[in-house]
Amino acid sequence: MSPISFSPSSLKEGRLYEYLIRFALGGAATVFTGLISSRCGASIGGLFLALPAIFCASATLIEKHEIRRKREAGLDGRRRGEEAAALESAGAVLGAFGMLAFAVTFSLTVENSVPAAFIAGSLAWAVVSIAGWCVRRKMRTMGRLRGSRRLTSG
Amino acid sequence: MMEYVIRFLLGGVVVSAFSMLGDMLRPKSFAGLFGAAPSVALATLGIAVYTHGAGYAARQTWAMTAGAIALAVYGGAVCHLLMRARFRVASATLVAVVFWLVVAFGLLSVAGGLT
Repeated sequence: MSPISFSPSSLKEGRLYEYLIRFALGGAATVFTGLISSRCGASIGGLFLALPAIFCASATLIEKHEIRRKREAGLDGRRRGEEAAALESAGAVLGAFGMLAFAVTFSLTVENSVPAAFIAGSLAWAVVSIAGWCVRRKMRTMGRLRGSRRLTSG
Repeated sequence: MMEYVIRFLLGGVVVSAFSMLGDMLRPKSFAGLFGAAPSVALATLGIAVYTHGAGYAARQTWAMTAGAIALAVYGGAVCHLLMRARFRVASATLVAVVFWLVVAFGLLSVAGGLT
């Protein structure tokens, strides 16, 4: 089970155009949400605050990086790229629950204090996402342990 | 026009910051949390509060809860399409947007947000 680690050198794997695409997509998604809100109202606009537009680009980039890394080692790397993107999407499920916590906290607090709403919402996102990830990891570890015990006893 | 330029720049900066943070973190399942970070929401809500007031932003985030539930379904669908149906990443992430749209609008209509 790998521990959480922080590796700034991973940024070197990305190319400049990939970072520009992400910047443009982020900007475009924010403009799009603003346009939807002004045409269709706050409710439908709010829905698009959770649009997975950025995730599509991130997952494709992760696949590209894995394929590039494996090709340098003389391997195909396509399946490895797909598995890496699948892992990222499993993490995104937990992040979505964090986003839900952000939305609930923000909507309950913003009319009392705007700065408090941003701080409390962001904290709620971080706590729920990270706690969910830790619980999932613990459950997977316990499941693996149970499986290996069954194998040794059987 | 100026509002949309600010939206574009702010959205680009916030989304890039969260994405780069995700790139630097390991393992990948943990980095995936940042793929579903409320980056577009943070950029949009700041402008919404400034231009329309706190009540408007509260209505937006209330509707965002439906989008967030749909995002969890979307992530599960992408994972399933990649691991079991053997889709390519670009196809899986695009096809799963249909799931997001159906769940998000379905929940919003059930909650009466479309009326």
